[in-house]
Amino acid sequence: MKHVVASVDEIPPGGRKIVEVAGRSVGVFNLEGEFFALRNSCPHQGGELCRGPLSGWVSSRGPGDYDYSRPGEILRCPWHGWEFDIKTGQSWFDPRRVRVRSYEVFVEVSAPPEDDAAGAVEGPEKGPYVAETYPVSVERRSVVVDVPS
Amino acid sequence: MNPDVGHGIVDCDIHLVVPSIEVLLPYLNDHWRAYIRETSFKGPIDTSYPRGAATSGYPQTDRPDGAIPGSDIAQTRAEVLDAWGTEYGILTCAYAVESVRNPFAAAALAAAVNDWQLREWLDREPRLRGSVVVPSQDPELAAREIDRVGDHPAFVQVYLPVRSEALYGTRRYYPIHEAALRHDLAIGIHFGGQPGNPPTAVGWPSHYVEEYVGMAHVFQSQLIGLVTEGVFDRFPALRVVLIEGGVSWLPSLMWRLDKEWKGLRREVPWVRRLPSAYIREHVRLTMQPLDAPPDPARLLEVIDHLGSEDLLMFATDFPHRHSDGRPDALLHGLPEPLKRKITRENARAFYALP
Repeated sequence: MKHVVASVDEIPPGGRKIVEVAGRSVGVFNLEGEFFALRNSCPHQGGELCRGPLSGWVSSRGPGDYDYSRPGEILRCPWHGWEFDIKTGQSWFDPRRVRVRSYEVFVEVSAPPEDDAAGAVEGPEKGPYVAETYPVSVERRSVVVDVPS
Repeated sequence: MNPDVGHGIVDCDIHLVVPSIEVLLPYLNDHWRAYIRETSFKGPIDTSYPRGAATSGYPQTDRPDGAIPGSDIAQTRAEVLDAWGTEYGILTCAYAVESVRNPFAAAALAAAVNDWQLREWLDREPRLRGSVVVPSQDPELAAREIDRVGDHPAFVQVYLPVRSEALYGTRRYYPIHEAALRHDLAIGIHFGGQPGNPPTAVGWPSHYVEEYVGMAHVFQSQLIGLVTEGVFDRFPALRVVLIEGGVSWLPSLMWRLDKEWKGLRREVPWVRRLPSAYIREHVRLTMQPLDAPPDPARLLEVIDHLGSEDLLMFATDFPHRHSDGRPDALLHGLPEPLKRKITRENARAFYALP
């Protein structure tokens, strides 16, 4: 079911809006003009994920080397700091746990950060959880989120 | 030989004690011999196990001639190697050169201890393996000493006291880790040390028991540092053994480190796997003393919590006494394959013993 949640102007690039849709809290993010929506509940323990800080991905080739990439695309849960990709809802850190909740993800999981695609750095691997995401479209200057009812 | 462990064990902590600075004089040059004579320097003292204290020696190790247990190769042969049916025994020497404020004097003393150890012990007893004593307060000089003797096949590790001026995971100690790797030596982090700072992170305790029991937290600090400061990423071949530091505190430390890494890994992005994975790959622990539950059967639960049967290595810790029981009492009731790992296979693999 499609819901109009905001006008485009309400959520500028880098901004977010938390809305109630179909009985659940959803965070809508504007990443450089592209909109993404995630359920405002961390799949780890239910913290209000979408109120967490937005930052980039930090990887490294060794002590003292910090490679900051994908600014604004990594959402950290305010409860335990776990990191989620706002484009896909995928958590990135835990190579061991295999318990993946079977949320349906509407957007294909993107490649890991570039370092790893190049094979230069071991890990990160996908975490155990995927935050629920919803497709977002813009229709006549309105932001529309498609949440299954 | 003890029926519980059988023949051919590897003993990962046999103390080598420098009985007095006199034995080192032949291994020091004219300058340092004169310096010691003119200043009446008696040598650094290891106060971790004060002579006569209950933990410092089994009553039967006292010698009628007054010789200090651990300083006489005949006694070590008879009471440790022969008595236990030991195939390999790793010597650890807590001569506290880190307490000497002149780093060049500390380096000269360390070199003398190593030459004395080679000549008087390792060359004379093929079952023994040695630990390189280094002036750990000066990592560059320490690396130089490791380069000087590290290729001798009888040396298997570098001895570092767990109490140090700074965490061994920090960059200032890279020269020591690099030198150890150049000579394929492990890093043996051992109970004690006299770096000059307090033995607890909250200052000086009033009593020996506080320092003795509290040493576990110093081991924990060192281990947290080695993992999170990225030493195992920087030096993927580095092997570390925690000697005489206890064991059963490790599961809870790994649980906590793993949990917090999930939220704080951005701060230390070079830690690319669960901290416990690094620990299980790079770190081993000697099993004496063992802070274990009173019921031996419960020891299996601790080992289960460690998540690996490869981490523990047997040690008598001769001549120190940590309880009324014999060190091998800890093994009673363990399944035979696990007992074999603890008494032989884990150490053989870790030290690459033939």
